Amino acid sequence: MRELTLHILDIAANSVSAGAEKIIISIEENTNKDTLSIKVVDNGKGMNADMVKRITDPFVTSRTERKVGLGIPLLKLAAEMCNGEFEIKSELGKGTEVLAQFQHSHIDRMPLGNIPDTLLMLELGTPEVNWIFSVKKNGKEFYFDDADIKKELEGISITEPDVIRFIRSLFEESIQEIQS
Amino acid sequence: MPVIKSLDELKRIREEALRKQELKSTSGKTEIVVGMGTVGIAAGARETLKAILDFVDHNHLENIIIRQTGNIGIDSFEPVVQVILPGTEKVTYGRVNAEVAKMIMEEHVVKRNIVNDYKVEG
Repeated sequence: MRELTLHILDIAANSVSAGAEKIIISIEENTNKDTLSIKVVDNGKGMNADMVKRITDPFVTSRTERKVGLGIPLLKLAAEMCNGEFEIKSELGKGTEVLAQFQHSHIDRMPLGNIPDTLLMLELGTPEVNWIFSVKKNGKEFYFDDADIKKELEGISITEPDVIRFIRSLFEESIQEIQS
Repeated sequence: MPVIKSLDELKRIREEALRKQELKSTSGKTEIVVGMGTVGIAAGARETLKAILDFVDHNHLENIIIRQTGNIGIDSFEPVVQVILPGTEKVTYGRVNAEVAKMIMEEHVVKRNIVNDYKVEG
């Protein structure tokens, strides 16, 4: 993976597989504190402590019992390589929280990649999930809860081409604004 | 923030979409499925999906459902895309980068010709 947003797609896919109905994605850049953090919180089926341990270590798991793939260890490694930290909190029946933090200016830190595209992919890929996105940069925030839009759309799918166009420009303009 | 303005716009879009829906025949929808598991994403599935969305947008295609799915099970062929035209069997394509995705949209979805060069299985 060459971009952090690709990791976000990957971690969020785990949340979808875990049956989450609500998934919160937070991306926060703070150039004063020199941090970049990514958090994915879901209300899926969760994991017990043993499984949390297993999925973060690619060498302990065997292919057959691996439920989440290599995505988690790769992200963990990427964060640790960049003076950052990585944490998974999970509780059976409650959900899972994945946090990866990086030193913003670290030479090995992957670029974030295209945030609007990534959010759009999440939204359209599994429109039945309640997606909440929070993108922050140095105090500015773009906050999006798709429940507001779905309520307005009553009877019309969020995947209608006109709606996609609307959401896409909303993401693009808002993200551009907070990043400027 | 332009939230209020946006919601008004959304209402318009909704009414328009409802109106269009009434005009549409019940001929069924074309389904396009993009594999977005870890391997697919690493192999470029996001760009593939974006190319498909762009194509649908630019060509004003209607009656199309675009979905994502997890790992389809043929890692070495990622990114994988499946096309299901109404009333036909699904066709699975492999190694679909953005360029190939555009070609599949043009040839298969619009012109109804299967692109055999990238087809993976029946």
